[in-house]
This record gives sequence, C-alpha cells and structure tokens, in this order.
Amino acid sequence: MSFAEVSATAAMVVGAVAIIAAFSIGDARRRALVTGVLTALCGFSGLLAASGVLATGRPVHAEFPHLLPFAGLSFRLDPLGAVFVLAVGGVVTAAAVYGIGYTRDHLSGRSFQALVPAFALTLLLVPAASSMGTFLVFWELMALTSLLLVLAEQRRSPEARDAAMWYGVMTHLGFIALLLMFSLLAAHSGNGSFLAIERSSSSMDPALRSLVFILAVVGFGSKAGMVPLHAWLPRAHPEAPSHVSALMSGVMVKLGVYGIVRVGFGLLGGGPSWWWVVLLVLGAASALFGILQAIASSDLKRMLAYSTTENIGLILIGVGAAGLFTTTGHPILAAAALGAVLLHVINHAAFKALLFLAAGSVVHGAGERNLDRLGGLMRRMPVTGAMFALGAVAIAALPPLNGFASEWLLLQSLIHGADSQALVVAIAVPLAIAVVALTAGLTAATFVKATGTGFLALPRSPAAEAATESPRSMLVGMGFLASVCVLLGVGVGVLGAGIGRAVAAVGGVRKPAPFRVHGSTLSPPWQVVGTSMALAAALVLGVGVIMVLLRFLPSGGRRRRADNWGCGRTQQTARMEYTASSFAEPLVRVFDDVLHPDLDIDVTHRQESQYYVEKIRLRLGIKDAFEERLYRPVLNGIHAWGIWARRLQNGSVHRYLGYAFAALIILLVATR
Amino acid sequence: MSLLAKMIRTGRVTETPDPSTDAQVLPAAEPFRRSIQVREVDAGSCNGCELEIASAFGPVYDAERYGVRLVASPRHADVLCVTGPVTHNMATPLVKTYEATPAPKLVVAVGDCARNCGVFAGGYGVAGAVSDFVPVDLEIPGCPPSPDDLLRGFRRLTGR
Amino acid sequence: MNTTRALVPILQLLLVFVGGPLIVGVIRKVRARLEGRVGAPIHQPLRDLRKLFAKERIAPEHASWVFVIAPAVLMTSAAVTAVLVPMVSTVSPFAQVSDLVTITALLLLGTVALALGALDPGTAFGGMGASREMTIAALTEPTLLLSVAAISILTGTTNLPGAINEIIDRPGSVSSIGYVLALVALGIATLAESTRLPVDNPNTHLELTMVHEAMVLEYAGPDLALVETGSSMRLVIFLGLLANLLVPWGIATGSGVAELAVGTLTFGLKIGVLAVALSVFEVFTAKVRLFRVPELLALSLVLSFLGVITSVVHP
Repeated sequence: MSFAEVSATAAMVVGAVAIIAAFSIGDARRRALVTGVLTALCGFSGLLAASGVLATGRPVHAEFPHLLPFAGLSFRLDPLGAVFVLAVGGVVTAAAVYGIGYTRDHLSGRSFQALVPAFALTLLLVPAASSMGTFLVFWELMALTSLLLVLAEQRRSPEARDAAMWYGVMTHLGFIALLLMFSLLAAHSGNGSFLAIERSSSSMDPALRSLVFILAVVGFGSKAGMVPLHAWLPRAHPEAPSHVSALMSGVMVKLGVYGIVRVGFGLLGGGPSWWWVVLLVLGAASALFGILQAIASSDLKRMLAYSTTENIGLILIGVGAAGLFTTTGHPILAAAALGAVLLHVINHAAFKALLFLAAGSVVHGAGERNLDRLGGLMRRMPVTGAMFALGAVAIAALPPLNGFASEWLLLQSLIHGADSQALVVAIAVPLAIAVVALTAGLTAATFVKATGTGFLALPRSPAAEAATESPRSMLVGMGFLASVCVLLGVGVGVLGAGIGRAVAAVGGVRKPAPFRVHGSTLSPPWQVVGTSMALAAALVLGVGVIMVLLRFLPSGGRRRRADNWGCGRTQQTARMEYTASSFAEPLVRVFDDVLHPDLDIDVTHRQESQYYVEKIRLRLGIKDAFEERLYRPVLNGIHAWGIWARRLQNGSVHRYLGYAFAALIILLVATR
Repeated sequence: MSLLAKMIRTGRVTETPDPSTDAQVLPAAEPFRRSIQVREVDAGSCNGCELEIASAFGPVYDAERYGVRLVASPRHADVLCVTGPVTHNMATPLVKTYEATPAPKLVVAVGDCARNCGVFAGGYGVAGAVSDFVPVDLEIPGCPPSPDDLLRGFRRLTGR
Repeated sequence: MNTTRALVPILQLLLVFVGGPLIVGVIRKVRARLEGRVGAPIHQPLRDLRKLFAKERIAPEHASWVFVIAPAVLMTSAAVTAVLVPMVSTVSPFAQVSDLVTITALLLLGTVALALGALDPGTAFGGMGASREMTIAALTEPTLLLSVAAISILTGTTNLPGAINEIIDRPGSVSSIGYVLALVALGIATLAESTRLPVDNPNTHLELTMVHEAMVLEYAGPDLALVETGSSMRLVIFLGLLANLLVPWGIATGSGVAELAVGTLTFGLKIGVLAVALSVFEVFTAKVRLFRVPELLALSLVLSFLGVITSVVHP
C-alpha cells in the first residue's frame, strides 16, 4: 500500500476510535483531551494522505459495494480533491488541539465530543467521494453534524436556535438542488459514479447541461456562502463554538467551491461563456457585499463570517475567470486562475481558521464578542493578540504572508487575461480586477479596525480589563495555523508542484504548458518561491536591522514611558478612543447606498429647559440588504401562499380521499 | 491665472535682517544643530503675542529661512514658545505639554506677560509667570515683542 | 558587469533615502518662493532628521509592541520598494521580482503598519487619522491596480523593468489614450497615497483636518525620524514611478558605470521637475473636504477603468 493509502486508512480508523472514545470515557476532562488528540491525529493523517496524493499525482481508490443499498460507497481521492483534503486536514488538526482547552469546561458532554470527530470525518470524505450516492450521503452527514454542533450552545444563547433553523433550512434546500442535479447527471449516464458521468456528459443536451450547472451553482453556492444564498452564514458561524466555526468557515464552505469546480470543469467538462460570467458576477457581488458588511459589523465573529463570504467571492471570481479563459482559448491563463483558486482555498482555510480560533480565545478570555467593548487585549492576552495580528496581516494579502501569494496569482491571471479579443472577457475581466482590488483595500481597512480596536489601546469595558490568556492547548492550536501561514507565505513553492497536478487533474482545463509565454512574464506559482522568500527575508531583516540600529543612538534605545499627548487634557480614559463603529463610519458613509444604515438619534432634554440636553442616545444598525430586499418578500410570499393553500384543508375526509385518488390517477397516467 | 500674475508681480517681500540682530547662539541650543521645531503654547495671553509670532513666520519676516518651523504636536517639538501669564486653567496643560516634549528641550517665554505676568500681575485668574511652572531658557521681552525681537530670539536658537 | 548590477539596489536605496527629505525641501522651497518668502534651504529636512535621531524616544503608557515596531515596518517596506522600483537602472539583481502588483502590496503594508501604530496609543486623533487613512487607502487600491492593468496590457508585462524597457524600445506601443488615462489616474492616486493636497494637507496644524499627520502625533525622536523618512521615501518612489512610466529615457538599461551615472542624473532631474510641478499644483489647490475625497477617488477609478478598456480595444 502506498503512503497515501496508509495515511487515509489511518485517518478513518483513528477518527472512528475518536468517536467511540468520546462516548466511552467517563471523566469529562480526560474525554476532551483524548478525543481532541485522536481527532487531531485523524486530521493530520488526512493531511498526510492528501500530500501523498499531491506529491505523486496518483489517486487513492477505495470501494465498499455493500455499505450502501443499490450502489455502495466508492471513493477516489485525486489531486483536485487532495487539495481540499489538505486544507481540511490542517484545520482539523489545529481545531482539535484547540478544542481540548476550549471545551474542557463547558462543552465536554459526550454527544458534543463525539460530533466533532464525526464532522471531521465527513469533511475528509466528501472531497474523496466518487459516486453520487457516496457524495450525497456524506454531504448530508456533514450538514447534520454541523447543524447539531451549531446548536451546541443553544442554552446559553437563543440566537443559536435561530441560526440553526436558518442553516438547516438553507442547507437542505441546497441539498434538494444537488439531488436534482445528480439525478439528472446519473439518469443520463445510467450510472452514479463520477467517472461514468464524466464520460457521458459531453453527449448531454446543452439546455440540460446548463440546467445542471445552474443547480450546481445554487446547491453548492448556498453551502459556500455565495450571495444571495448567504443568509445562514453570518448567523450560524458566530453562534457555533469557535473551533467548529473555524472548521465551518475554513473548510466546509470550501467544499461548496469544490463542488462547483468538480461539476463545472470535471463532470460537465466546461461550458459556454455565460456560465462563467454568471459565476464572475455572483463572485464579485459576494466579495463586495461580504466585505462591506464586514467593515460595518462590530461583532468580531460576525465580521469574520462576512469576510468568509468575501473570500468565497474572490475564489468564485477566480473560478469564473478560469472557465472564461478556457472557453475563449487561453488555457495557460485558465490554469493560472485555477491555480490561484486552489492556492487561495488552502491559504484562506489557514488564516480564517486562525482568526476564528483567536476570536474564540478572546471570547474565552474576555467573555465579550463586541469590538466596541474590547480593547487593550494585546497586553493582557499577548499570544492571542499576536496570532490575531498575524492572521489579520495574512488575510489583508500583505507580504510576506500567504494571503499575498494567492492574491498576487489571481491578479496576475486577471491582468494578463484582460487583453483579449473576446468582448465579454474585455469587459468582465477589468471589472473583476476592480472588484478584487477594492475588496483587498477594504479587507485591509476591516482588519486594521478589528486588530486596532479589539486589541490595542485601552480596554473599553470591565470584561476586557479582566481578560486573561487562554489555556496552552488553545495557543498551540493557533500556533500551528500561524506557522502554516508563515510557511506558505515564505515558501509557497512547497505547494507549487502539487497544485500544478491538481489543476491538470481538472478536466476541461487542459494540462498547463510551461507558463512562460514569449513576451509575457507570468511566472507559475512555484517560481514565485524565489520572490516570496526574498521578500520575506528582506522585510524581516529590515525590521530587525532597524530595531538593532536604534539601540546605538545617543538615547540608548531606551524609551521613556509617558502619558499620551491629548492636547493637555488631564487623563486618558477609554471613552476617548475610537470605537470600531466610529472607525468604520467614513466607509459606511461612502457605501451607504449598499448598506442602508439605520441611524436613530434620541435626545432627552432637561426638565427645566428645552435648550439643555440631558442625554443623547445614538443607535446605528446595519441590516443585510439581501435579507431585506430579497428574503423578506420571498418569505412573505411563501407565507401568503401557505395561508391561501389552507383553503384546501377544510377538514372533510371525502375531499382528502378525492385528492389521493386524483393523484393516483395522474401518476398512473404519467408513468405509463 | 490672476493669482499667478499677482505672485509674479509681488515677487519677494521678505526683508533682509538688520545686522544688529545677529546674536550669540544659546549654549543650550547647541544640540539642535540649526534645526528647531517650535510648538507655541498660549497659557492665557491676550493673543497679541500670537499675532506677532504669526507675523514672524509670515512672508515679511520669514523665520523659516533660519531653520525654525512650527509643528502641531509637542512630541515633534524642540522648543516651546509660551505666551501669556499662566492662568489657573492652563497650569496643568502647560506642565503636561512640557512633559510631552522629548529631551533635549527649551522653553522660550515670549512677551512681558510670560516673563513676569506683565499687566495681568495679581489678577484672580493668573497663577504665575511661566518660570514658576516650567524652566525657562530664553526670554523675549516686549508687549508685544515685535517680529524683529522674535527673530533675534529665534536666531539665538539656530545660530543663523 | 556583475559588480555594477549588485551596486544598483544600494545606489537606489541611498538615493531614495537621501532624496526623500531633499524632495520635501524642494517642495517647501518652491512653495515659499511662490508665497513671496525666502524659505528654508533645500537640505533643511536633512538637518531636521539628524537632530531627531539625537532626541529622546517616548512610548505612550498603554501602547504595546505594535507602536514600537510600526515605524520600522513602514521604513522597511519603503526601503524594499525603493530597491524594487527601477529608478536609475532597469538592470538589477531583483529585476525578476519587481512587479507592479507586489509594489502596490508593499505600499499597503506600510500604510497598515502606520495605521495600527496610530491606534495603539488610544488617542482620539490617532484613531481618526487611522480611520481616514484606511478609507483613502481602500478606495485608492482599485485605481492603482487598474492602472497597472492598463500599463501591462500596453507593454505586455507586469514586470516593471520589462515594461520600462518596452516603452524605451517601442514608444509607439504606449502612445495610446488609454496610457494617458492610466497615468492621470495614477497621478491622482499618488496624491492620495502620499497624502498631498488636495486629499490631505501636510502642513496643517488643525488636528481635525489631518489624515497622515494625525497618525504620527505620538511619535517622537528617532521613531518620528523613521516615519518622516519612510513617508518621504514613499513620495519619491511614487514620483519616480510616474516619471519613469511617462518619460523613461535616460534610465540605464545596461550595467556600465557611465550609464548608471547618466541614469542617476536623469532620475534626479525628473523627480526634481515633478516635485516642482507638485508644489506649484499644491499652491493653487485647496484641500477637498474629507467626504468629497471618495468622489475624487471614484473619478480616478473611472479614468483608470476607461484606460484599461481603451488599451484593450485600441492598442
């Protein structure tokens, strides 16, 4: 058996043992420790298996024909799926270790501890599924386990129940779309296995192919958190326990992207340009809307959830661009765009999970999630603060960390692709560049806000003032992801060959030729390694040299600790600092047509005179525009339809029997 | 274009200094090596001195040519120019401004009020002269001191 | 000559390091002359910096390591950008790495570092400056990257030395209206990013009108020197970039010593001319109200977008 096969089997076995251990160990602390360690090992084995597949390019097969009625389970982990399993494995490892410290006090119940490894196993198995039945079974298991995990803290917060309801309904609506889609594909090919579908899909009727694609976008897009099907994401991700949020935001939404890539490029083998333009538009809308909502949000975890929508938007822009380049005849650029997408999948998993884990650490240590009531945490929780700052630099796509590499590659492929004879490309790609650039700038602003108001300066509430650092296992979990961010930033070449094989494994995007085209200087990602390492070294060295040189100054490098300069005011209090809402106010004002902020000012005058003010109360609320404009009318319509349909239920048994009889006649006639 | 025409027509209005205004460099000003950043602090003046200081940095007298520049924050400053008698309300802010300035630093008391409370001596709002609160290194007498006097004082700091 | 190739980054770094304060001095001098004054000598900012290194370092009580490290990060990002952007020569050991997208990201790194350093002391002015600066930076990003796209479409590459070589060899490839639009947009973005009028007044003393200055109110002594130098280096980098994209002739394309000397002289001349033009422009311009700045930046975005479209349609 090859290294990949051994690791894959180990992952499954260890995961199963973890679930059993969660149910059988009596002592709560020991249960959390053992389950955490076992889940981490399971994730790490998955990571090893994926790297094995990526290193050799040879897929790993497994068939279990009797486990499921009719079709059985069949798995095939090819390099494309391996990229996603790599991300899953890494995040599971970190989240599981983190969970040891996070859950030992209040979430150490048997069912919760068993659900986490179950969720991890489904996440590892979905990208490996190679038949319709397998995929749908594990997709549904993934949704169910995560739904139960979102409900884990429902006794503490009633919002969790609301979030779980939204999540449950939307994920199952998506599931219906996926079921329809796979049924269409399988009906045409006669067999549910992906290989058979791939072979037969080229002979499908074009209208049917488009329908399949639309269903895939709807089903997978809602899981990915794509606008306008994103409403569950900013509700469910903040309410889940933080390591579960990391798993959901870091890797589960990526599986939606995996689905779109697998169906669009792999199973269907590519399609007309309008498919990809639709993806580009949806991606651009998700990116812009997500980041604007993030910048307007003061809740730390909700901000991170909306930022996930933004990154998914960027990824979908990349997928759309890749498809567009394939259809208009630029296979090299398509490969570059797809490579950027896969690289961003891994990078985003790393830094988003890191940010969620750090946010969870803040909630654990300070008990507060609202940025307007945090502050001063950098000195009270130094490791968490440093981890969050690192994650913030990574997500803002700044050198020398990993976010920069994938954003660079995406921009390069878009910039080189803008020059094209096809009109649709000439218009769509520059717009995509503008959107990517704007979201990059807005992300930087958002995370300066989060880091600056949440961690720096003075604490704004007693809870923040009393904050303490988190237990060591949580810090280790975060440290693992932080080192991954640094490693992928400095040495992105480590992944280069693997991503190349993954791109080649995606049907419909032909094997990438050497990227150096005559006259152009687009370098393949693994030759960016020279760039990133040199850049990282230069930056770190520069800062270090300057800090050392400062010690040779006449002042000796020592700093006098002094009060702030506040124009002579007597005392610095936390009320004088900028809050997160005030920091974001200029940007909210610029984009108020999209955000529609609700400003409520309530002035109480003194009893003695109308000219003296006793109290002013300001309320600034920002609602989700899609929910207001899209969901509310749809839900109202469904509600109205439901009320109308009640007329059919008048209580008469005769009428009900009549309905059943009519349905029977119709079915018999239709399936004659 | 009319503004440009006016600029060309007006030309240079700065007056060349009187040679008698050349004076010795203050020993305490040696570390600054001809670069002085000034933060002006109004500790309770009637604004007469402020108008003269503004004029000293204006086109006719142009203190900038000697290497003196006005800055907004005492953290960026080397010299504090304090005007007016120190009132009760401005006592603490003045001391805080002095503490906020990084060493080496100098304080210049501009005008008679800063030196010895001038015409406001004994007033109910006056807490004392500037030297009662922060150490003063240079005094520029006058009520208000003319921009020439101010330039003489600044040139003692920059040595130009 | 490998030694002269290795010399280029050091030469560029020194030029930008010394040239930054000198350019600030030139701008102040030109402004003074137009105002009818004499003004300080051109090398006065260098004197100011020398004095600042001898002053005391102060850190606010509540600040963390972010405040301490921010000036160093700003300075380093400016220094690395100075080495990457071809100013005196297109031949450098780092020519392959010198990419317009990378340079935009490095400049954003400097901005983010300064903004975090401003938020750390917890003063209201620092927060205000950081908030305004990040708003302006966020809205300038699309302009910068779309101008990059337009330039790379016309020259065929995003690699800066490659693009400049292409413009020198084939000036006809960039004689397109798209290029002009892209450079105008880049010019507006330069004014925004280096915090000059009409976006921000670098000489203001009123905190409510400050953007960049408000972020540095807490820095003293050597930290202030680092921040000031870093900011002036960024200004020189932007001016150098604009100059070399507009009029690249004179830049050294080989590695001979004579070519390097010519390149240095022409670089000095070009940024000198641009600095004088900037100063004259500032004298005749008033600062735009903060909430009208997004409109100005939207204008530059539209111009750069048109630049891209026309470059594609009419190469």
